[in-house]
Amino acid sequence: MTTTYRLSGVQHVYGERCVVDIAHLSILEGEILGIVGPSGAGKSTLLRLLNFLETPTIGHIEYRGSAYDGDVPLSVRREVTTVFQRPMLLRRSVSANIRIAQRIRGGASGDALIDQWLDRLGLADLTDAPIRTLSAGEAQRVALARALVVEPSVLLLDEPTGNLDPYNVGLIEHMVRSDTDRRGMTTVVVTHDPFQAKRLADRTALMISGRVVEIGETEQFFTDPKQPETRAFLRGDLVY
Amino acid sequence: METLARGFGEAVQLLLEFEPALLEIVGLTLQVTLIALAIALVLGIPIGAALGLARRIPGRSVLVPLIYTGMGLPPVVVGLFTYLLLSNQGPMGSLEWLFTPSGMIVAQTIIALPLVVGLTMAAVQAVDPDLPVQMRALGATRRQIALTTLVESRIGVTAAVVAAYGSIISEVGAVMLVGGNIEGETRVLTTAIVLETRKGNFALALALGIILLALAFITNFVFYRLQLRQGGP
Ligand SMILES: Nc1ncnc2c1ncn2[C@@H]1O[C@H](COP(=O)(O)OP(=O)(O)OP(=O)(O)O)[C@@H](O)[C@H]1O
Ligand SMILES: [Mg+2]
Repeated sequence: MTTTYRLSGVQHVYGERCVVDIAHLSILEGEILGIVGPSGAGKSTLLRLLNFLETPTIGHIEYRGSAYDGDVPLSVRREVTTVFQRPMLLRRSVSANIRIAQRIRGGASGDALIDQWLDRLGLADLTDAPIRTLSAGEAQRVALARALVVEPSVLLLDEPTGNLDPYNVGLIEHMVRSDTDRRGMTTVVVTHDPFQAKRLADRTALMISGRVVEIGETEQFFTDPKQPETRAFLRGDLVY
Repeated sequence: METLARGFGEAVQLLLEFEPALLEIVGLTLQVTLIALAIALVLGIPIGAALGLARRIPGRSVLVPLIYTGMGLPPVVVGLFTYLLLSNQGPMGSLEWLFTPSGMIVAQTIIALPLVVGLTMAAVQAVDPDLPVQMRALGATRRQIALTTLVESRIGVTAAVVAAYGSIISEVGAVMLVGGNIEGETRVLTTAIVLETRKGNFALALALGIILLALAFITNFVFYRLQLRQGGP
């Protein structure tokens, strides 16, 4: 099995605080990796590092066999995209927001493709709606459609279903799973909901205070966790 | 009160008569204002956007207060400065632009530029700082990020255009000094108002003032319509 990312000795520091501190972590090609952990554990920061939005203070992130220090080639950057915790949309229409992702990458503006994604995500009626009129869950789905329309080879999701009802959660999990399998996409999904990781992820990792405390096959992670912190976290205890 | 009413009547009459001298003044006013505005926008919007986006430019702590000061430059001082620049002994004297519309355009561009830069910068800074990050995550180049952010701040940028336009169409000190208020050559609405008031032709001065306000209103009405359209999808 080939690896998409290989992190070694990665530390990321804000001011005096080391927010991410990962000795070793491999993310495998074509897998869905779930990341759970308490608030402030450094999950979003890890995703920013994986998307080359920040460079680790110390250590290396090897992406598909190459380590980049600072300047990541555009073509490499464009293999990866993130759907952020807070959907950042432009003050335009829903379809314009999705079209911009295609435009940025110089792709042909495929209106049929846009309609297809909006339809899949239950947004067909909102094609021309201004962004400011959307509900939180609708905005979240638009952000997801915008990421999927460019067919990234690595998809990073930060709390993708935080504002959604169970039906839409199921819809999105199904969509992420089917795109991961259909195109061999690698997906990292950060979630506050352990059950989401359990349903969706092939492997699950627990992050606490910047460290990966435990990582393993999802099945084993939930039924037979090795670390006491993991057991405590899954019980719903406060861990830090 | 009576003067006001007469002024209004006279203004309507002047307009209806299409007085050639008046049309010339209005034409030159618009020409100087719009060309200066266009130059200020072409230079100022990119500079303002760059300053708004790149928050760690060296010299920023001096540059930004300088721009803020520039936003409130006394037009007379700009006029004096431009006068010296364009006068025979000045560094741009060979252009022979003193007492010509070109000279007036130079002065008004200097007045408008800091306004455009400062307000564009503020508009761009008001955009959510996570937006450029999201654009980068979608694979945008720096240029694409800058353009997207600028478009996102379009309502604020329109305000910059409005402020710059208003400040130069109503400006008198600089165009008076640099243009000289020469009849048929450099006379614009504001300088004509000064002249007619001095001569005691209050009604005519008032008429010119009303025309000036009308010009400002019509243009701002158009800008506002544009702004409204941008607020939507
Ligand atoms: N730009 C920044 N500057 C300084 N500190 C930061 C910055 N970004 C994040 N932090 C800090 O780093 C820590 C980890 O933040 P991060 O957003 O990665 O946590 P998280 O695991 O995603 O939390 P949550 O589950 O609440 O989203 C937090 O304590 C946060 O305050
Ligand atoms: Mg987070």
